[in-house]
Amino acid sequence: MTDFAKLGELSTQIRRDILRMVHGCKSGHPGGSLGCADFFAAMFFEVMNHRAEFNMNGNNEDVFYLSNGHISPVYYSALARSGYFPIPELATFRQINSRLQGHPATAEHLPGIRIATGSLGQGISVALGTALAKKMDGDKNLVYALMGDGEIQEGQNWEAFMFASHHKVDNIIVTIDFNGQQIDGSTLEVMGIGTDIEAKLKAFGWEVLQMNGHDFSSIVNTMQHAKSLTGKGKPIFIMMKTEMGYPVDFMMGSHKWHGVAPNDEELNKALAQLPVTSFGDY
Amino acid sequence: MKKFDIQNVKDTRSGFGAGLSELGKTHPNVVALCADLTGSLKMDAFQKEHPDRFIQVGIAEANMIGLAAGLAIGDKIPFTGTFANFSTGRVYDQIRQSVAYSNKNVKICASHAGVTLGEDGATHQILEDIGLMKMLPNMVVINPCDFNQTKAATIAIANYNGPVYLRFGRPAVPNFTPADQTFEIGKAITLNEGTDVTIFATGHLVWKAIEAGYALAEQGISVELINIHTIKPLDNNAVITSARKTRAVVTAEEHQMNGGLGDSICQLLAKELPTPVEMVAVNDSFGESGTPDQLMKKYGLDTEHIIAAVQRVLKRK
Repeated sequence: MTDFAKLGELSTQIRRDILRMVHGCKSGHPGGSLGCADFFAAMFFEVMNHRAEFNMNGNNEDVFYLSNGHISPVYYSALARSGYFPIPELATFRQINSRLQGHPATAEHLPGIRIATGSLGQGISVALGTALAKKMDGDKNLVYALMGDGEIQEGQNWEAFMFASHHKVDNIIVTIDFNGQQIDGSTLEVMGIGTDIEAKLKAFGWEVLQMNGHDFSSIVNTMQHAKSLTGKGKPIFIMMKTEMGYPVDFMMGSHKWHGVAPNDEELNKALAQLPVTSFGDY
Repeated sequence: MKKFDIQNVKDTRSGFGAGLSELGKTHPNVVALCADLTGSLKMDAFQKEHPDRFIQVGIAEANMIGLAAGLAIGDKIPFTGTFANFSTGRVYDQIRQSVAYSNKNVKICASHAGVTLGEDGATHQILEDIGLMKMLPNMVVINPCDFNQTKAATIAIANYNGPVYLRFGRPAVPNFTPADQTFEIGKAITLNEGTDVTIFATGHLVWKAIEAGYALAEQGISVELINIHTIKPLDNNAVITSARKTRAVVTAEEHQMNGGLGDSICQLLAKELPTPVEMVAVNDSFGESGTPDQLMKKYGLDTEHIIAAVQRVLKRK
């Protein structure tokens, strides 16, 4: 049985980590990170079969890729809280000589990171490559990837979508963070690929599911359903509705907090909305 | 000047195809990806022999590079194949992020490099690829000279763990290096020892340099001829040792002057051993349609241009 209360406490702690990390280096991307905290808590502590004793090749375990690498704070916090590297190392985020680069990278050998991402539109191709490797090896574990909804404007994604269905890569589950915001405004205003992403993905031959990224039962149940659909000849795509900045009241409702760090006052105001957890701050 | 026997006349891309086919038998982790140019890249033998390890990606090179990086993470040794133009400039950021910076064991195999692609014209004749690739940290850049060497290089890079750019071409050229050679990445090959001038040549220009060496010998000029098949890492010791001996250097390559082999050698010599250098390369220009021979002549890459460069550099000694 899923312990939803524990997942909730974990995601609250991840959110506290995110805010303190971006505040600590006065830069980074809190908005999308906060919005995906519930997803990361569910994935790393419930859904995925993964090992914190990190193996680059990901053989005999599920592999996760973050394509929208700018939400690295949520990724780093989930990895540290899962035991991939010491939690206090979160304090080094974006600072000189840190393994926690502004965007995920492999050069510093941070456990958990398999590829550099953040130059948008490239993660799904990489995830498909690893999914193919697993198929060749008869490894029944899955490949998961998260991408942003603004990111879907990059053309390489559509090459990857086309490839996946043509080659029946049915051991991959891609989730899109459908928060409707990107740097210059709403995704509808900036490049209106809009509300028919589902129809487009279906037309590209993908199985498409929907879930609420702020409801643990929706995330866990949808992921279980998605898993049951793997191995049937189709790649799986999940539209995850989230709110950028959730649940910090003054960070929600616009794209303003996409890439801005809170000042001291804003940090305290935000943390006041995220109660201290039993896991404790780094 | 030593005489070199021409075993046959073959395209270097077929050397790649032969090497890949051999790897298919010896290396179960080698996989091949191609962007709708299987015949042009001579990957059809591998495709036929190992359909389970051959991935047709369609005309989608960016996706191909990402797939290769993901396969490499899963302990495969991916060889990507398309024209040099679409292997580099078209997918530069994908290579930079997912292969070079992420240091993945991907082999980017690029055919139809340079003007000898011929009649298709400048849209397809990349002359900047060596520069683009050598600027990337972690990337090894190899440009073999004939069929046998390309086959040997293809096999060698599977045994090297890291990103590699392997460049070869379309036209049939003299095949003169040993069929049983072992290819050593980063190790220059001295084809002829001489005392008056050193020619450092790469790729198709190696045979042109041999022809120039024959003609120069008749003029009483002793040419030291070195085949630089690996542009990065450059065999610094071989370059400096020979330049110290001859005190005059000519570089020869089917590439832009900017960013090519000559550029690397000038950078090294300027720092370590200032030496007169003449560069046989394309001078800041795109190519055009024509036969390979016509284009090599027009763009200053034939034997006569190497001879003229030697004569110029000797006057500067």
